[in-house]
Amino acid sequence: MFPELNDLLNASPDRAEPGKLTLLCDAETDGSFLVHHFLSFYLKANCKVCFVALVQSFSHYNIVGQKLGVSLTTARERGQLVFLEGLRSAVDIFFRAEGKAHPLQFLREAKAASLQPLYEFVREALEPVDQGEAAWKRPVLLVDDLSVLLSLGVGVVAVLDFIHYCRACVCCRLQLRVLWRTPSPPAQRGRSLTFQYKIQDKSVSFFAKGLSPAVL
Amino acid sequence: MLESLLGPGGLVLLRDSVEWEGRSLLKALVRRAALRGERVHVLGCEVSEEEFREGFDSGTNSRLVYHDLFRDPLNWSNTGEALPGGPLGVLRALCTRTGPGPVTIALDSLSWLLLHLPCTTLCQTLHALSRQDSRPDDSSPVERVHVLGLLHEELHGPGPVETLSSLAQTEVTLSGSGDQASAHILCRRPQHRPTHKIQWFTILPDFSLDLQGGSPLKSQPHPDPRTHPVDPTSHLTFNLHLSKKEKEAKDSLTLPFQFSSEKQQALLCRGLGQATSHIFYEPDAYDDLDQEDPDDDLDI
Repeated sequence: MFPELNDLLNASPDRAEPGKLTLLCDAETDGSFLVHHFLSFYLKANCKVCFVALVQSFSHYNIVGQKLGVSLTTARERGQLVFLEGLRSAVDIFFRAEGKAHPLQFLREAKAASLQPLYEFVREALEPVDQGEAAWKRPVLLVDDLSVLLSLGVGVVAVLDFIHYCRACVCCRLQLRVLWRTPSPPAQRGRSLTFQYKIQDKSVSFFAKGLSPAVL
Repeated sequence: MLESLLGPGGLVLLRDSVEWEGRSLLKALVRRAALRGERVHVLGCEVSEEEFREGFDSGTNSRLVYHDLFRDPLNWSNTGEALPGGPLGVLRALCTRTGPGPVTIALDSLSWLLLHLPCTTLCQTLHALSRQDSRPDDSSPVERVHVLGLLHEELHGPGPVETLSSLAQTEVTLSGSGDQASAHILCRRPQHRPTHKIQWFTILPDFSLDLQGGSPLKSQPHPDPRTHPVDPTSHLTFNLHLSKKEKEAKDSLTLPFQFSSEKQQALLCRGLGQATSHIFYEPDAYDDLDQEDPDDDLDI
């Protein structure tokens, strides 16, 4: 994770906020460094993470994760990380026997109408198992990324329904055991702040617009 | 005018956007209806019941009936907890009167319903929902039905938005400036011209409405207490500061075109007529100083 980004977002692994949906958008640039940041952030925060990775392979995320101080292999082995490698498992659909629907079952359907199998995969991955699961804190779902689903022919409403169900499951239902809730003041306009950034090998530096030494 | 939104019956359309959210205003109107003793039915599609009820006092919560379409609207869990008939079934069930007295129906949100139901079906159901008070064969006194619909106008094309807008008796478009929210209210009443008004307002933590008279005073933008103000003079590649010696040299410098009193004296002294320059001329042997023919080209 990038410490400067943590400062900007006023976040820290030991006080990860529950019940939030964060949308990462990039336009004409590559925002994937944010995915690596949040993946390492929540693994360091000791959360149970389900990562639906449709863009890159497992080894790619693992290599970048190691630069940021987390090992995805270790996290997966000890059950903290459930990883759906979309690029590899997409091929499995064609070579498996009939049975329970594969999470990416929509690839086989002429009209990709529903992402229910993918939601079922996420729900089962993040459902707490009674024995030995007390070690992990709150569940986290990461999807990289939603536009791949649109490119693969899934309708916008189907993607919205998938996010709706994930939000209801991860942010609300699986949080019912948490007694502490932050009261949210109504009609508070979301503050928007703009920063520019420069990515280096192992870190990202943020600065206010137009004030980088490279610009001046 | 914002207080009288619930006056006439019919559909009140709340048009919000990502920048100016409308759920708080919807909750404020729901609270106002509940405080007037009306029964309030909320069709909740986008937020959980706990989140919607948060912030309401117990009186409001007791008059609020929440129809939960958030947890399992499409019956994916197959547990039988989903409301029968899906979204359309629930909406149609609201059309049948459940008792005497005025009732307010809040739809959170119309956008969700528009994405999952055909536009024509939704419009027909909305029309039936908001026209419950005009049944000529009913001998009981006419009770008003208020329908509040939240619409995220950025999600839809102009067609569905204009269609819903034509169904509405009142349209409230949320906007604002700086930190202050405003509502542009368009009221349509039969046989009257539509009326417009812009109302600036604030919603307090208990979801009561605080109306401001005119446009807000232009106040200084408050610095965000969370962010540290970035010092623009740090990490520069050039020097912005002067040392003490450089400052003194700068202050004692006279500019070349500055009209000081010394210059004025020098110019005035020159005008006294003293000869200040002399020309010494020694003619050569070939010079001919003939004043009548200085160019030597006249054939006289």
